[in-house]
Amino acid sequence: MLGNKNMQNHEVREIGVIAPRIDALTKVTGAENFAADLYPEGFLWVGVKRSDFPHANILAIDGLAASKLTGVTAVLTHRDIKGSNRLGIFEKDQPILADKTVRHYGDAVALVVAESKAALTEALAAIRVEYEPLPPVFDPEAALETGAPILHPTRPAGNVLIKSEIVCGNGAANLEKCAFQATVKIRTGWQEHAFLETQTGVAWMEEDETLSMTVSTQTPFRDRLELAEALGISPAKIHVVAPCLGGGFGGKDGVTVQGFLALAAMHSGGRPVKIYYSREESILAGTKRHPLRAEYTVGCDQDGVLQTLSCRLLFDTGAYASLGSEVFALAMEHAGGPYRIPNVSILGSAVYTNNPVSSAFRGFGVPQAAAAMEQVIDELAKAGGFDPLELRRKNAVRRGDTSPTGVLLTQTTGILECLDQLERHPLWRQRTKWGESAPAFKRRGVGIATIYHSVGFGPAIADYANAKLEILTDGKFRVYAGVSDMGQGNASTYAQIAGHILCQPHEIMDLVLPDTARTLPSASSSASRTTFTYGNAMIGAAELLRDRIRARAALMISFQLLHSVPIEEIALLPGVARHLPSGRSVPLSLVATMMDTSERTATHSYTCPVNNQPIASGENLRMHGFPHRVVTYGAQLVTVEVDTLTGETAVCDMLNCVDAGRVLNPQAYEQQVQGGAAQGLGYALFEEFAVADGRILTGDFSTYILPTALDVPDMVTEPVTPDEKDGPFGMKGVGEIGIDGVFPAIANAIAVATGVRITAETMSAEKVLAALRQTGQEGRP
Amino acid sequence: MTLNFILNGKNLSVETSPDRRVVDLLREDMGLSGTKECCGSGECGACTILVDGESRLSCLMLAAQLEGRTLLTIEGLASNGELHVVQQAFVEHGAVQCGFCTPGMVLATLDLLRRIPEPTREEVRRELSGNLCRCTGYQKIVDAVMAAARTLHGGMS
Repeated sequence: MLGNKNMQNHEVREIGVIAPRIDALTKVTGAENFAADLYPEGFLWVGVKRSDFPHANILAIDGLAASKLTGVTAVLTHRDIKGSNRLGIFEKDQPILADKTVRHYGDAVALVVAESKAALTEALAAIRVEYEPLPPVFDPEAALETGAPILHPTRPAGNVLIKSEIVCGNGAANLEKCAFQATVKIRTGWQEHAFLETQTGVAWMEEDETLSMTVSTQTPFRDRLELAEALGISPAKIHVVAPCLGGGFGGKDGVTVQGFLALAAMHSGGRPVKIYYSREESILAGTKRHPLRAEYTVGCDQDGVLQTLSCRLLFDTGAYASLGSEVFALAMEHAGGPYRIPNVSILGSAVYTNNPVSSAFRGFGVPQAAAAMEQVIDELAKAGGFDPLELRRKNAVRRGDTSPTGVLLTQTTGILECLDQLERHPLWRQRTKWGESAPAFKRRGVGIATIYHSVGFGPAIADYANAKLEILTDGKFRVYAGVSDMGQGNASTYAQIAGHILCQPHEIMDLVLPDTARTLPSASSSASRTTFTYGNAMIGAAELLRDRIRARAALMISFQLLHSVPIEEIALLPGVARHLPSGRSVPLSLVATMMDTSERTATHSYTCPVNNQPIASGENLRMHGFPHRVVTYGAQLVTVEVDTLTGETAVCDMLNCVDAGRVLNPQAYEQQVQGGAAQGLGYALFEEFAVADGRILTGDFSTYILPTALDVPDMVTEPVTPDEKDGPFGMKGVGEIGIDGVFPAIANAIAVATGVRITAETMSAEKVLAALRQTGQEGRP
Repeated sequence: MTLNFILNGKNLSVETSPDRRVVDLLREDMGLSGTKECCGSGECGACTILVDGESRLSCLMLAAQLEGRTLLTIEGLASNGELHVVQQAFVEHGAVQCGFCTPGMVLATLDLLRRIPEPTREEVRRELSGNLCRCTGYQKIVDAVMAAARTLHGGMS
């Protein structure tokens, strides 16, 4: 292994201290093999023919000319699929290859398998598809109208994927009794995951007819079931390996290229096949964050105590359900923010359109809901003359409260402490000075947002993991991580947990990444649950293995001492088991060789407890994850500087006060918060995803603008760390909370600086400048 | 055509098509997949390599441009099992998450520190603004570059 002297001096990295990630060593030398990096001997390229229309019936597909081209080994269509040809988790509505109808420009119509990229390109162009165009619908409100084109005619609810209403107390009627009210109407846009490794993988048929696949996926175990049904093969005949992902963020939560790989491999006579999307194809075909149209009204009494929330949310899920219902359910659950609000009416729906497919993206509906809720809270503060932080504090939930959506908060609830940390910070205390210190042609402001984010899948789907840990005969350990590591470093954290319990340096542990033949079934890398659930499972496995090692060492030492040695007298130390009273040690390598193969591996299964309380309304959301039990909290602050000449907004400082329970590895924790916050910054300011009549106009990185190192400021992250008893070592899960409040915090800061709110999608320079013009501020010194 | 160049310290003669993209030559033909491709259009910096010590985007270079040059890819940076100071700093300061931008980011850092041995954080941000990272928010990358600069500068003085 590479490393300088410090790295070779391996230490036990206790839970709670900075532990360098194991994968960083191989990533920094280029040695780590991602799915994109695999070029198996004799492989063939796979490419996809996409739709020419946003909505059309397919009359004929002619692949004959293409199949006769030199270097082309197969041209495949839906006719080559033996199974249901339908992908999806709950709503199985998405074909691998379109059979009767195409519903967006990204729909796949045919596959080509070829010897070279050049042959692939030529063959894809040679496929002739005859369409009968159908009237499309692109506007989610128009999709609800009578007579609108229906995307999935067999569904009884027309274009409505899901609709729900949450009502608490007297609902919206109570608004009349409020002393102060505020209303905000906003639209948020799509957001592209823009993971740097596009959707990719390799596959081949083994001699025993097993389909073997190495693919960039967050869901290796679920993929097997989804593929088996769609392709009509046994899940036991599908072997999925998920190496390190070059980013995921929700965009690889479910099948992306796996169906294409499988189909191509099944028609390539044992030769390996490879698919690797270009950036343009990744943007065209990949899922996005759901756009939201929201109208929010909140009301409070004379003292600023929140009384009422009335809101409507309309999500555009695009052509297929994907995880649309689950994203919708989480947005609904969090629609009212982390506040006490007795009277609530939340009406929402998610609808099909002929737009790109929206699905999971870090935050999972919460950033959209928070964008609306946290802006209207600031508007209410303005209307009532309240300090925006005081208003939030006064209404913040405490443990034992009920959330605005009727969820009893039984677990740790650190929102007040987050607000305390924010209030104590100089960035908040000096907000007036910041505003007044703006140089000529600049406006400065400070904005905040308060957020919460539930952990895990909720009651409908088992939130489970199966940990597996092995002591090797050389005395080292091997961790079988059954949950994908999409870059967050969870696999390394699993080793750190094992190392903490076994008192061994985790850096020299061998990591086996998800492999359906070697690691045990575990649910997806998602929902802020990746370390929470597997971590709990790993504690069980590591304690079991620790005690087996101690028991075997006790036996060995008892033969030396000629008296019985109780296991309690054996301590594990790096590389050895020591009998404390006698000081005798046995090397772990020796202990391991005295253990049977079956004893050297320990496994433990863990399933998260769920919230079983009765729900007064929104019952149809339950099967999509409502309600949750463990919740993370946060208060975020940004300082901005708006240029009156250009409309550009610079985020100068960012403060993230986060309650995600105890911190297992401060460095990995900060990585999650900072990375999430940076994506939130892009979402707020730069990442305008433009779609016109179903066609994506921002189809590459020169038109879809991601934040660079110049755009993201140095941030302060202040953890609030209550001991969450459900979580491993008291943690909760920090993967998503960091993105949730950035959009509204920036919107609120711009409003403080300029008095204007941009209510449609990103707060781009063009839109801010137009708003400054309308209010007579453009170009003012 | 036959191309002669030095790759990671070794003299090579390579038979290839002159219009082959350098990123494909490295990844597909030579098995050097440490060089990543993520946009194919010069927007992201993931395919950065050093050509005669200067950072270049291998997705925008054709093989013929390599004739007589000296190349460094990420695979050639560590020597005798020892990480380069910049690599070490990336590991220690948590600058690596998914790792797909990392090879390009590390090589761009080498070029940056060659030109500006003692950069400010702002200079680091400006110099690395051609290398996209979707995971980190850049802060720990800047931390790592500053630490590497301190180590290298301290070592020289």
